Amino acid sequence: MEKEAILSKKAEEFLQIFKKGEEFTKDLIKENERLRFRIAQLEEAIESTGNEEKIRLYEEQIRMLNQEINSLTERYKKVEEENKDFAAKYVEVESENNNLANLYVASYQLHSTLDINEVLRIVMEIIINLIGAERFAIYLMDEKTNELLPVSVEGLNAQEMPKIKLGEGIIGRVAKDGESYFASNTDLASGKMDISKPFVCIPLKIKEHVIGVIAIFSLFVQKKAFTNIDYELFNLLAGHAATAIFSSKLYTQSERKLTTIQSFLDLLKEKPKR
Amino acid sequence: MPNILVVEDSPTMRQLIGFAVKRIPDSKVIEATDGVDALKKLSTQKIDIILADINMPIMDGLKLVSLVKNNPSYKDIPVIMITTEGAEEDKKRALAIGANAYLTKPIQTQELMKLVSSFLE
Repeated sequence: MEKEAILSKKAEEFLQIFKKGEEFTKDLIKENERLRFRIAQLEEAIESTGNEEKIRLYEEQIRMLNQEINSLTERYKKVEEENKDFAAKYVEVESENNNLANLYVASYQLHSTLDINEVLRIVMEIIINLIGAERFAIYLMDEKTNELLPVSVEGLNAQEMPKIKLGEGIIGRVAKDGESYFASNTDLASGKMDISKPFVCIPLKIKEHVIGVIAIFSLFVQKKAFTNIDYELFNLLAGHAATAIFSSKLYTQSERKLTTIQSFLDLLKEKPKR
Repeated sequence: MPNILVVEDSPTMRQLIGFAVKRIPDSKVIEATDGVDALKKLSTQKIDIILADINMPIMDGLKLVSLVKNNPSYKDIPVIMITTEGAEEDKKRALAIGANAYLTKPIQTQELMKLVSSFLE
């Protein structure tokens, strides 16, 4: 009986302990659930806080990128402008280079010989190839008669070219005044040919002394108007062609005189025959 | 190194064309005064492009183009005509014979340089 009472008491105690264990376990489960819920809440809170931060960061990055794009666009525009400037300058330099090459070649060729015929041929080559004239004449002044004589003619019948008195017509006036004559672009476009009305008339001058005239009557079909380089070439011809023609004439005359004197000296050196 | 044959009777034009094409890197300009002289130069050295005038003594540019384009050894050499003949029929005739391009005088050196460079590429 006493054993049974002891066993019953122990069973009661075990039961009490078990119940306490059960309650404790239930409390633990509750606490676990509460904590899980809290964790979920915190995670959600953290996540939402993180997104805002990310958005703020992204916005900041977008703002910076926009600034960078604007700055790059500005720089691109500037570079593009500079590029346009460079391209324009390049075209200008190329054109200047073309002009200088023309002037250099013309000047080089004009002074490359002392033969009057060769000089006249070079002047003609320049007028044909570098200016683009189809019909023209080179007149030289006859100092004795004060008349302009056609010495080289291109695209026209040389026999039909008249002598021109100083001051007569456009050609004579240019020779008298020493001032170049240029017809208007309308006259050029008309393409009418008249040997008394040249499109261009250039005096060949050594300082203020006119030694001749270049008269251009028509241009090639592909040459519609005169350009800056043409006027530069006209100026070059006015001075350099005149000098080249004058020097070569003097040289030819002196060569001729030298030959005459030499022949005379040779004659004097010969022993008189008895 | 491209060898450029300039066929021109005018020394002024030979010098001007030479001046322009010498700006092409490593190029060498060979000069000929007419078609016959050009054929001699073609037979003695490798030519990469020919720039030829039309009106020349002894043998003109059109005859030269015709001979070049009918010769299997030279037919692939590009030929650019540089002439005062500006009429459309002159251009058509030169191109029909086999000229690869046609430029009229007075020339723009930069235009010539670009054209020559395009054939040498």
